[in-house]
Amino acid sequence: MAAASPQTTSAFELKGRMATLTVLRLQSNDARHVLVQLDERLAEAPGLFAGMPIVLATAAELEPSADMLAAVVAGLRERGLVPVAGMDLPADALADLGLGQMRNSDGERQAPERDGPESARSAQRPAAGGSRVITQPIRSGQQVYARGGDLVVTAPVSAGAELMADGHIHVYDTLRGRALAGVQGDTNARIFCRTLEAELIAVAGQYLLSEQMDARLRGSPAMAWLEGETLRVETI
Amino acid sequence: MARIVVVTSGKGGVGKTTTSAAFAAGLAQAGHRTVVIDFDVGLRNLDLIMGCERRVVYDFVNVINGEANLNQALIRDKRVDGLEILPASQTRDKDALTFEGVEAVLTQLAETHDYIVCDSPAGIERGAHLAMYFADDALVVTNPEVSSVRDSDRVLGLLASKTRRAEQGEPPVSEHLVVTRYAPSRVGKGEMLSVEDIREILSIDLLGVIPESTAVLNASNAGVPVILEDKTDAGQAYADVVARYLGEQREHRFLDEKKGLFGRLFKG
Ligand SMILES: Nc1ncnc2c1ncn2[C@@H]1O[C@H](COP(=O)(O)OP(=O)(O)O)[C@@H](O)[C@H]1O
Ligand SMILES: [Mg+2]
Repeated sequence: MAAASPQTTSAFELKGRMATLTVLRLQSNDARHVLVQLDERLAEAPGLFAGMPIVLATAAELEPSADMLAAVVAGLRERGLVPVAGMDLPADALADLGLGQMRNSDGERQAPERDGPESARSAQRPAAGGSRVITQPIRSGQQVYARGGDLVVTAPVSAGAELMADGHIHVYDTLRGRALAGVQGDTNARIFCRTLEAELIAVAGQYLLSEQMDARLRGSPAMAWLEGETLRVETI
Repeated sequence: MARIVVVTSGKGGVGKTTTSAAFAAGLAQAGHRTVVIDFDVGLRNLDLIMGCERRVVYDFVNVINGEANLNQALIRDKRVDGLEILPASQTRDKDALTFEGVEAVLTQLAETHDYIVCDSPAGIERGAHLAMYFADDALVVTNPEVSSVRDSDRVLGLLASKTRRAEQGEPPVSEHLVVTRYAPSRVGKGEMLSVEDIREILSIDLLGVIPESTAVLNASNAGVPVILEDKTDAGQAYADVVARYLGEQREHRFLDEKKGLFGRLFKG
């Protein structure tokens, strides 16, 4: 075959790259229970989850059996999700299921990829309670996470950018990207922005896509919060 | 000490090379010793647009590999004093540009030039990364379409995080927006984004607007940086870009459909 010489062209590259992965954190040891609720969630946003890579994790007090994990993984695959790894789960069970192993010890946690210089600096000096203040625009492809606190942004957030905070998110400019407040489950977290053009907003896992938001809110100052299970958005 | 200016965009075919050639020629016309470097290894067309393709003997990669010295590879422009070109190689693989090699060449060029203009390849891979890494200033070339604006936005994120200035905590790369291939009639019909929209989305300073113009193709076919065609709209628009970059206040023009009318002044 007259192909390029295998010695001279590199057939692949290995790159360390941070990516956002959706973590499915088990809070029940009953696989059927988990899958029934998952079906409800998938029904709300058909298509959104298709092909989505999933990392399996578990609440600290649970010790899921290998059978339980196998049932959940099979269920995920049936539903078109792609389980890729388990976090802090038994290595042998993961190996049997063809999943990779991930660890989530805090010390190893890395800053999100492409954090701006300023955000990198503020990560080294966290303000009280882990809050972060970002004064530079957050561009498409960038992620900023305020771990353990609020995220305050005083510059525009581009479409394709992602904000995450364990607490509230404030954007004193246009929010065009995604904003996820209360990502560790704080249902009291809120999102505030001066101009709402967001692709997605979420509080404690309840989310709205732009087309699900009231069109009259676009371009307005807005606040989003949870009322029970419902994510509400109003102008402010 | 030279100032390093990267001309970048993310997307291909938006006018980076056209802009690099015009901008470098304009700086040299203004009396600054300028070199323009083609980082687009494999595609190499800066030398065509500059009309010196037949004079290319050694290139950027030869210099990096120590196969030639800089003076052998630099091509002196015959029309504009103080303008030089460092061409890209056509045949080598993209990994030929190494971090250390690029740094060494830029350091050496900085001793003898006022401005080093780096014509970036498309994409955000190695070549584009190296072209922007050492930059002091960036011209972000954007066409009035959503995909181009989105790619420019990504590139702005990289300029703010993946450059020497960002990594060393120095003042950030200063970012300038150059909107090219602007066709006011199509903006009017809603087929293209307006300059205001683009500025609003990218929120950076607008250095200039280059109209969609047949002069660009004519000039590139003739191997002349379009800025040297000073009777043409695109040539004048690039002259404005250079003047503004060098600190002169000039009104933005070529924003309206009616030819010859000056556009309204942009504030801020
Ligand atoms: N202002 C303009 N008006 C018309 N055509 C243009 C203009 N700017 C660039 N072009 C054309 O667009 C094509 C791509 O330009 P080029 O400078 O090579 O882009 P890039 O380096 O970003 O790939 C070329 O054919 C060029 O002639
Ligand atoms: Mg080019």
